[in-house]
Amino acid sequence: MNTDDLQQKNARLVRNLVLVVVAMFGFGFALVPLYDVLCDITGLNGKVAATAAKEVVYPIDNSREVTVEFITSLNESAPMLFRSETKKLIVHPGEYYTVNFYAENLTDKPMVAQAIPSISPGLAAEYFKKTECFCFTEQTFKPREGRTMPVRFVVNPDLPKQYKTITLAYTFFDNTKTQ
Amino acid sequence: MSAVIAEHDEHDEHHHDDHAHGPDKGLLRWIVTTNHKDIGTLYLFFALAMFFVGGSMAMVIRAELFEPGLQFVEPQFFNSMTTMHALVMVFGAVMPAFVGLANWMIPMMIGAPDMALPRMNNMSFWMLVAGVLLLASTLFMEGGAPAAGWTLYPPLVLQTGKALPFAIFSVHLLGISSIMGAINIIATIFNMRAPAMTLMKMPLFVWTWLITAFLLIAVMPVFAGAVTMLLTDKFYNTSFFDAAGGGDPVLYQHIFWFFGHPEVYIMILPTFGVASTIIPVFARKPLFGYSSMVYATASIAFLSFIVWAHHMFTVGMPIAGELYFMYATMLIAIPTGVKVFNWTATMWKGAMTFETPMLFSISFVVLFTMGGFTGLMMSIAPSDFQYHDTYFIVAHFHYTLVPASIFILMAAAYYWLPKWTGHMYNEKIGQLHFWLSVVSVNILFFPQHFLGLAGMPRRIPDYAVQFADWNMISSIGGFIFGASQLLFLYVVIDTIKGGTGEKVSDEVWEDAHKHGLEWTIPSPAPYHTFTTPPTSIPTEHI
Repeated sequence: MNTDDLQQKNARLVRNLVLVVVAMFGFGFALVPLYDVLCDITGLNGKVAATAAKEVVYPIDNSREVTVEFITSLNESAPMLFRSETKKLIVHPGEYYTVNFYAENLTDKPMVAQAIPSISPGLAAEYFKKTECFCFTEQTFKPREGRTMPVRFVVNPDLPKQYKTITLAYTFFDNTKTQ
Repeated sequence: MSAVIAEHDEHDEHHHDDHAHGPDKGLLRWIVTTNHKDIGTLYLFFALAMFFVGGSMAMVIRAELFEPGLQFVEPQFFNSMTTMHALVMVFGAVMPAFVGLANWMIPMMIGAPDMALPRMNNMSFWMLVAGVLLLASTLFMEGGAPAAGWTLYPPLVLQTGKALPFAIFSVHLLGISSIMGAINIIATIFNMRAPAMTLMKMPLFVWTWLITAFLLIAVMPVFAGAVTMLLTDKFYNTSFFDAAGGGDPVLYQHIFWFFGHPEVYIMILPTFGVASTIIPVFARKPLFGYSSMVYATASIAFLSFIVWAHHMFTVGMPIAGELYFMYATMLIAIPTGVKVFNWTATMWKGAMTFETPMLFSISFVVLFTMGGFTGLMMSIAPSDFQYHDTYFIVAHFHYTLVPASIFILMAAAYYWLPKWTGHMYNEKIGQLHFWLSVVSVNILFFPQHFLGLAGMPRRIPDYAVQFADWNMISSIGGFIFGASQLLFLYVVIDTIKGGTGEKVSDEVWEDAHKHGLEWTIPSPAPYHTFTTPPTSIPTEHI
């Protein structure tokens, strides 16, 4: 083969391979929305909807009891006080309940914080509906301000029989610095 | 051992070629060289140096774990050591060593005068050096080197001090370097083969590297993307992995292991290739099942893309996901089993001799199979909950990397050193190196299975007293293994300086010229080889 032919062949191959490299770099980023789409479709990962559910009337199943536990924690020791006023509640699927959480800014500066919910077992997440929650938006606290915030929820009666306990965990993140 | 010197006149004419000139003089030769043999040598020496750097870090780890309690280092530094040991060994030692072998051997195996893109070849080597130096510099930075494990999981890795951006840029450099190397290898194999060298006549080392190169260009960019996201999360307020902004740390694990699983095969496939090259020569038989070896390699490469979440069975996947990744992972045992069967069948009724390269290769087949079996145990999702993040997995992947990849790199060095240098290595010291290594590597890693099953977690500087005995035994094995590698360094230097003084023939090993083109050219290999393509090729390797 003569040298020009070879150089042309090499250049073409290298160009194609570089295109593959660029495409795969893009694919890495494309995985981010793809992963979210997959979680939305399947309801995996215990990721909870970040918006309020519509207040639908469900038939109340009085014969069944589900224990709902509430856990609170702070990310990277955010300077806050955060607790649930109810630790544990026995609920009937289909009935609406309201529980209160208390959060307080322990600093002398205004604070912006975001609570992130997580539900376990993850597969039960899609049956746990919140119509009202402080976690849907960022919360702003004045210096030293403390307040009580309600969460209104219902457990969908379609919840499979094997789930007897659902744990709702909130972590507060201090987002003040990133504002 | 070595047979009568075989004359192959047609290849002795290299000095008639008008391109033929020797290497530049002095140090500059090594900086500006575009010769595939020079660059191969640079890669191999660099990898050997990094093998000792990464090995010293392992010695720090084993010294600290010799007894329970904190003896020598701070926990933070200990975690830096586990992280840096892995990064240096993966990106500084094993991968560059195989790239070095590819540079030296692929052109000689396919009858090409050089790599397809010689200047890019030089650039990818020096970029590797820059990347590793940048990585090493993080050891001296405020807050210490990265200490979150080689997987760099957020949010932990985001707590790294000043070193984080440097570590990330170093990963970028290492990635670009290996992508350039991979592109070069693909171009060489596709465009530079001697006309008689059809794809299905290529030596398996060439085949496995071709497939590895495709893995590299497919997954290194994904890893570059993942660490770029870490960078923007830390410094530019993005929230890819930050839950406060709606991100998810588990997402990083998915992206990382989409890269990470093919990455572990990037380190093992060329290993398979070298084993398939060496075993037939010392069994004095053609390789059993050449085409099945090619297809098995391709199948393993394909499967590596669809099994990544078996590294994260415990993150809370739904049962369907666990089952899928469990069965898909088990499938890998089939093509791997084909390979182990073929190597064994190649040796079956062969007229075997046991020179150092063959000893290392046989122990590779046995010990790699053990590492493969523990892998199969961990593929079982419910069992994996017990093994996850314990010393059992440490034992597993070290069995597939040390007595597999590293042993085969040793075998390759002993096998080709006479061709590279024109001198025979000292067989007695070579065998001593082998026996010390093979015994100590098992003292080092086998007890770690017991520790893991008993529940000892990985990446900890201190442990409960019930783990003390096996840790001490493991550390003793580690020190013997580490010290034995100095013998290898001695053998390499000794061979370069003249070795046993024995004159080696062109084919070095009995009838090796029937197994590969590299044995038809003079020893030591002249600076330029195959400036005219060979007209006939050996077929004993297929």
